[in-house]
Amino acid sequence: MKSRLSAAVHGWLLLLPAMALLVAFTHWPAVASLVESFTSTPRPRRPSRFVGVANYEQMLADPVFWQSLVNNLRFALGTIPLAIGLALLMAVWVNDRIPGRTFARMAYFTPTILPMIAVANIWLFFYTPQYGLLEQVTAALGLPSHNWLGSRETALAAVTLVAVWKEAGFFMIFYLAALQGISPTLAEAAALEGASRWTFFRRVQFPLLMPTTLFVLINAVINAFRTVDHIIVMTRGGPDNATSLLLFYVYQVGFNFWDTSYAAALTVVLLVMLAVAALVQYGWLERRVHYR
Amino acid sequence: MHSIAVERVSKTWNGVAAVEDVSFTVEAGDLVALLGPSGCGKSTTLRLIAGLDAPTAGRIVIAGREVTGLPPARRGIAMVFQSYALFPHLSVAENILFGLKVRKVPRAERDGRLAKAAETLGLAPLLDRRPSQLSGGQQQRVALARALVAEASVCLMDEPLSNLDAQLRLEMRREIRALQQRLGMTMIYVTHDQVEAMTMADRVILMRGGRIEQNATPAELYDRPSSAFAARFVGTPPMNVVPATALAGRDWALPDAAAGGLGSLSVGVRPEAVRLDPAGLPAEIVAAEYLGADTLIETRLGGVPFVARTAGRIGMKAGETIHLAWSAGDAHWFDRASERRIA
Ligand SMILES: Nc1ncnc2c1ncn2[C@@H]1O[C@H](COP(=O)(O)OP(=O)(O)OP(=O)(O)O)[C@@H](O)[C@H]1O
Ligand SMILES: [Mg+2]
Repeated sequence: MKSRLSAAVHGWLLLLPAMALLVAFTHWPAVASLVESFTSTPRPRRPSRFVGVANYEQMLADPVFWQSLVNNLRFALGTIPLAIGLALLMAVWVNDRIPGRTFARMAYFTPTILPMIAVANIWLFFYTPQYGLLEQVTAALGLPSHNWLGSRETALAAVTLVAVWKEAGFFMIFYLAALQGISPTLAEAAALEGASRWTFFRRVQFPLLMPTTLFVLINAVINAFRTVDHIIVMTRGGPDNATSLLLFYVYQVGFNFWDTSYAAALTVVLLVMLAVAALVQYGWLERRVHYR
Repeated sequence: MHSIAVERVSKTWNGVAAVEDVSFTVEAGDLVALLGPSGCGKSTTLRLIAGLDAPTAGRIVIAGREVTGLPPARRGIAMVFQSYALFPHLSVAENILFGLKVRKVPRAERDGRLAKAAETLGLAPLLDRRPSQLSGGQQQRVALARALVAEASVCLMDEPLSNLDAQLRLEMRREIRALQQRLGMTMIYVTHDQVEAMTMADRVILMRGGRIEQNATPAELYDRPSSAFAARFVGTPPMNVVPATALAGRDWALPDAAAGGLGSLSVGVRPEAVRLDPAGLPAEIVAAEYLGADTLIETRLGGVPFVARTAGRIGMKAGETIHLAWSAGDAHWFDRASERRIA
């Protein structure tokens, strides 16, 4: 009995350092945000006080919030399928025995190693009006000049593309690892049966990759709602809030307008959305993807 | 019905030869066993015929058509893999039907073949399970079923029964042989179990270190092994091969071939050909093993173990001396250095 107790104490002591950090920097801020979202922002003459759901009412009436939400959903719908599809395609390709596959793997993975700020700067150059790379190509083809980041129609698509480029290589690594876990004799058995490359992918590789796809999907969803660096570098939410994503709006409200309570309320909404997404994916999808 | 011809085929892995200059033919409708110890190149030979690996040299011809450069699917073969290669996410039924679906065989036909194969192999109650929910032997039977439903004219099997218990193995052996004969399949059957090879095959190809040691019918392989290796590999317990010098002075045991001198020869005698005879060679009993129907008596001759098989039980113990004899026709003579048969 005593040794069991001491083992438990031992275990908790081992968990303590990590737990302390998690509580201090993750759990406590989350709870604090929730509490703060029901109070007013403290001003020099007016200390913070309980205001009930006033911040949430303000949110419902805030057109920039709605715009950011819609932008974010479109950003997610753009990045998630594209990044995952591309990652799968690249992984299947560099998994086969092709000449120079180590080089191809490395090339695909490079964007992942680069910091998002650096990536954003590279793409900023691509998109620059007049002398950017994209402009030079379109000019050479005789197409009219276009300000990709500066016009409302194309700005969101432009930043979406950057995120896809950045993430696909990262997801590819997970797919590649999973593909290498599939026994090569399965491919041989399928080849003997006369299955084409596509049939083998559709009937064998893709189903066997489902657990990986779920994992990647969850990461992609989370990333879609917490990417903010390249927005800050490339567009600062503009033009006219066309590229304002939820987290960017939280940042703007909190640190540009210093309305911390409203920012806390926005944060809570973002957290709830992510939690629901994760629950749906783990609770519902997971039961359908595991074959063992 | 399709014949198979393997012509001077070699396969090297990074300079190391797995199969070296191998040639043989399999007549249409025959079952040929590839027999040999672990690592002798049986699976490699099979994979070359299937087209899963490309030979370093040589040609492979199936039904008169050269297939050396063709992809596996175009060779018209079915195969049972040594590692089964079952699809882990598909049920047993889906695994068995995979190839038929790919080849768009009509549904009624598919279901008919599935039912037949499931019944033959005792898989009917398992059809909805996943491979991970099966025992090793059950998985092996699924792999077997997948190859059989293809009803290909050429079937390659890589140790398809290695994981089954003795009883089931015996049944499956008969089942495969009967099926092969009924459908007129040409079959190459890899095994390291000499009993399996001897009982099932029309011809046995014995391999050793990537080369063919002997290609013969089971009876020939037993009666006239072409080398001491073949002599020891076939038969249980294996043939006794002892230096011929142990027979010095025993005229009844010496052939004319031995006139040149006994030093360069060894003699092989199967345990079942040995009889106890007061006029024979004296040898001391090392151990006696009673098997029920007969007894194996282990002795020493010329410094190496020599086993005799006698009917029933003998009332002798280790340390006693017995006298061994055999008829001259039962002795096999090999060159001692090359191990090749000389008479
Ligand atoms: N992919 C490979 N790369 C390098 N060497 C290989 C490869 N496959 C087989 N070998 C070698 O070739 C030789 C023959 O192997 P093979 O698999 O044909 O043996 P086997 O007769 O089927 O043996 P077992 O009865 O153990 O299955 C072995 O020495 C093995 O190490
Ligand atoms: Mg093998």
